[in-house]
Amino acid sequence: MESKGGKLVAWALAAVAVVAFVVYMATQVVGPAARGMPRPVAGALTLPDVLFYVIAGFTVVGAAGVTLSRNILYSAFGLLTALLGAGALYVMLSADFVAVAQLLVYIGGVLVLILFAVMLTSRISDIKVSNTSFGLFGGVLLFVAAAPVLLSVALLTPWRVVPPAALAPTAEVIGDALLSRWLLPFEVASLVLLSTLIGAVLIARKEIKAEEA
Amino acid sequence: MHETARELGQIAVTHASYLWLIPFFPILGATINALIGWKLQKVFGKKIVHRIAITAMFAAFAVAVRAYWQLLHLDPEHRFLQDTLWNLLTAGRLTVDLSFALDPLSMMMVLVITGIGSLIHVFSIGYMADEPSYWRYFSYLNLFVFAMLLLVMGDNFAVMFFGWEGVGLASYLLISFWHADAEKAKAGMKAFVANRFGDFGFLAGLFLLFWTLGGTWMPRPQGSPNPRYGTTVELRGQAVDTRPIASAANAAQSAALAPMVDGVKVGPTMNFRELRDQVVIEATGVKEHLVGATIWGIPVLMLVGILLFVGAMGKSAQIPLYVWLPDAMAGPTPVSALIHAATMVTAGVYMVARLNFLFALSPSAMGWVALIGAVTAIFAASIGFFQYDIKKVLAYSTVSQLGFMFIGVGVGAYWAGVYHLLTHAFFKATLFLGSGSVILGCHHEQDMRKMGGLKKYMPVTRWTYLAACWAIAGFPWMNGFYSKDEILWKAFTSGHLALFGHPTPWLGPVIYLVGIVAATGTSFYMFRSYYMTFTGEYRGGAGHHDEHNEDPHSAGATAMSAASVSVHASNGAAHLDHGTHGHPAPTAAHAVTAHDDAAHAGGHGHHGGTPHESPWNMTVVLSVLALGSFATLFIGLPAAWTHHAPILEHWLEPVLTAEVPFVEKPHWMEYAFQGLGVLAGTVGWFFAMLLFKDGKSTVPAALKERFLGLWTVVYNKYYVDEAYARVVYKPATAFAGACSWFDSNVIDRVVLLVGAITRAFANLDGAIDKYIVDGVVNAVANGTAGLGRSLRTLQTGRVQTYLYGALGGALVVVLLNFLIK
Amino acid sequence: MQISLSHFLAVGALLFAFGIVTVATRRNAVGVLMGVELILNGANVNFVAFNRYVGSAGTQTFDAIGGQVFSLFVIVLAAAEAAVGLAIVLAIFQTFKSIDVRSADLMRE
Repeated sequence: MESKGGKLVAWALAAVAVVAFVVYMATQVVGPAARGMPRPVAGALTLPDVLFYVIAGFTVVGAAGVTLSRNILYSAFGLLTALLGAGALYVMLSADFVAVAQLLVYIGGVLVLILFAVMLTSRISDIKVSNTSFGLFGGVLLFVAAAPVLLSVALLTPWRVVPPAALAPTAEVIGDALLSRWLLPFEVASLVLLSTLIGAVLIARKEIKAEEA
Repeated sequence: MHETARELGQIAVTHASYLWLIPFFPILGATINALIGWKLQKVFGKKIVHRIAITAMFAAFAVAVRAYWQLLHLDPEHRFLQDTLWNLLTAGRLTVDLSFALDPLSMMMVLVITGIGSLIHVFSIGYMADEPSYWRYFSYLNLFVFAMLLLVMGDNFAVMFFGWEGVGLASYLLISFWHADAEKAKAGMKAFVANRFGDFGFLAGLFLLFWTLGGTWMPRPQGSPNPRYGTTVELRGQAVDTRPIASAANAAQSAALAPMVDGVKVGPTMNFRELRDQVVIEATGVKEHLVGATIWGIPVLMLVGILLFVGAMGKSAQIPLYVWLPDAMAGPTPVSALIHAATMVTAGVYMVARLNFLFALSPSAMGWVALIGAVTAIFAASIGFFQYDIKKVLAYSTVSQLGFMFIGVGVGAYWAGVYHLLTHAFFKATLFLGSGSVILGCHHEQDMRKMGGLKKYMPVTRWTYLAACWAIAGFPWMNGFYSKDEILWKAFTSGHLALFGHPTPWLGPVIYLVGIVAATGTSFYMFRSYYMTFTGEYRGGAGHHDEHNEDPHSAGATAMSAASVSVHASNGAAHLDHGTHGHPAPTAAHAVTAHDDAAHAGGHGHHGGTPHESPWNMTVVLSVLALGSFATLFIGLPAAWTHHAPILEHWLEPVLTAEVPFVEKPHWMEYAFQGLGVLAGTVGWFFAMLLFKDGKSTVPAALKERFLGLWTVVYNKYYVDEAYARVVYKPATAFAGACSWFDSNVIDRVVLLVGAITRAFANLDGAIDKYIVDGVVNAVANGTAGLGRSLRTLQTGRVQTYLYGALGGALVVVLLNFLIK
Repeated sequence: MQISLSHFLAVGALLFAFGIVTVATRRNAVGVLMGVELILNGANVNFVAFNRYVGSAGTQTFDAIGGQVFSLFVIVLAAAEAAVGLAIVLAIFQTFKSIDVRSADLMRE
């Protein structure tokens, strides 16, 4: 694997394996499962359906932007889009509290953090470097191998679903649950956050100090 | 002595748990001085050193007196104190304890050792005042006393032998005390080696006795080349198995295993008491067994007696092993007095007396002992005639007197031999210490030709020396007369001696004749030494050293005086506390010893000064010993005078149980022989006075010229040392050379050949190891390393690569999930 | 067409796939962290969707919102992970003057 040729051979082998895998999955697994599935009833597109597709598209495009964008800033905006879309999906799934948490924590916290990191670590000369991805071929292979499997599982599995309940506010129930049934994980999570706080400060600060010294 | 056979019983033992203190104090003193003496001497001065040593001695003496007191208040038949400390060895039926015993004989010895030993310690304070290694001297001295006490107090052969070797060691250390002088170191070695010869005999005799008690040689079985050793002893027609048939873990078990006959333990034993009991008590039959036992046709008892006597020869300086004693005079004079006159050399006499019940069973062994004693007495006396070194004269006189003691114990007059041991201890200690005083007074001069006229300088020394001369010459107002005449009288009346198993009734009178001649000679040379030393004009003075060259065999004397200075100088350099002055300032030295003659205080450090009297502690010791030489005559007044047995004989009777038949002679004859003894002493004295008084007579020189050849032979001690050199030393070194040649030319070659072969094999083995074994190992290692090197590239350090790996794995798992259904 | 569980799962799957590709291909350490966030969001979408369509079948009171609580914990952990990860990224940047993940391969040798 040291030489260029060895690397090429390895990639070719991986590609052949992935293609063979995808073909096998499509013919042997997905095909029979799809044949057994009841045909979806074609009906009129209701507003919620339209809304879902819009939001889903929004989300997936954002995610694709994260992956494919050449600029790290654009990736960050793609992430923003994907996270917003995911939050909207939570609302559609009657998880209002999770959606708000997504907005507050992800978009208000994590994304801002990521933007800060981008600002702090990027230099003008790094713009190009920060963008380039390597192993694009590998990435494609990976996507080709992963996405169909997951999608086929998601779409073809006959899930035992129950009729969803009516939309209702969940904040009260979640509050009760967190302080009764999931009290211990809740406390552990708080400890994790605390140690994260300290650890993050320590890691970042120590190196700065070392540099100063 | 014992005309009717007494029925003797077992010794009744009285336990006295304090006996161990007697040897303990000297060893304590020796240990303290040996370990921290140098420091004490440095910090507190010499006083503390001799105070420790002398306190130890007096403490031991006090305990001995206490033991004597206890012994005195017991019945004569029960006078046996014992103190067992612990078990040394248990093997089968044999037990050896570290135990001490005091019976009348060892009690007397202990009193002599601790009493005279204490006095000699006191004397040493003055004599050794200039010695830098003061602490070493006193440590050795205490060590010697300890060993000697073990020797006489030991309850069994093992403890006795420990002491026996211990005194040899201490004697060696003290003779070569000034070890920087090669002559003195050699003298110490000579003493040690000569004693080793004796010890060999002693051990051989001991083993033979031990073995005889355990079994006998049986006739040779059919078809076997060797005789058979039977472990069964036939006692009174009854077979007693003496084998250790079972093992014993402790002394009690061992005692339970011991074969008993009529309640008496029989069989091999190390214990004097058990040995004595089984031999002396007729009912056990051990006596018949021992008398009848033979080895290769030789009576075992005779062999045992002679071999044990060889041990005594070494320790007690008898022909032919006496040669070490004159050389032992290289040691400090108080040591000569303590070891080589009063105590150690009497160990052999003590041993024979202790085993009197054994020796009495073998007239041949007794005959040998007496004969060797007599020959030694006359031989050593004749050498003493012409010696000029005052200590050499005393040394040969000691050898001669020891000969007298062996005559005593040899003919069966055990108490007389022991009595002579006692009297000799007193008068010979007086003589030696007197000579020490003279030597000190004459500034380490030992040659009597450099002395003379000392009586006006050293009155106390002179009178005590004269008293001791009277004692050794045998005048009735001193103790020597009584012991010597008892010995000679008993020798004359003994008709039971034998040689090689043949009865020789004439041997007793012959020994008497030899003895009386030796006594005459003794008187002559002792008074010769007295007159040469104390009368006439003082012949010492500056520049006397160059005359030493005429005397080829008094190198020791020259070395003594010359080397003591050099030794002091070298030691002084080593001991900074001693100052840089090799021979320390006499005033300082005498301040310690409280010199009583201030007028001579300045003379000590310089050769050629006026002689001076010794410090008071030395003269006091001399006086006490001289008084003792007088006082001890009362315990040996002959039965012919007082009509009852002498006090000492009565005291020793429980120990000296041997029954020796002496010929009965009328009383007038005994008186006549006592007169003969006095006459002999007088004749010797008369001739000595005639020839040597005031050093005026020219007769000695004329006689020397006339019989120069004879004189030279005798002066050079019959060339015995030279003969030994030729007969023993030369062949021994030649043999050693041959062995060396054999070693270097034969054995070494064989060894080298074996080495070469081994090395060839080793090379072969090494090649196999290197190319085959190591090759395999290296191949495995190289393969592993190569594999690792190629595998290492998988480890890129990049997270993404690992992610691919993880996903590839997941992929495979998913695939397998579908494939295997 | 009625929106069903499968639709939401498909969105989640795509999020996950994009996330994993991002993690695998980005040179930029911050980009890698973004991919991780995508993966976590994909999982979160699945959690909430399953809670809506499967989880509420439970008999207990809190069974109906178990998935949502789980997703909350995931968000918490994601926040923590982001904080620590970005601190590490800063440390790496200060050490190597670069946030190229290839530069931080000291443990390779």
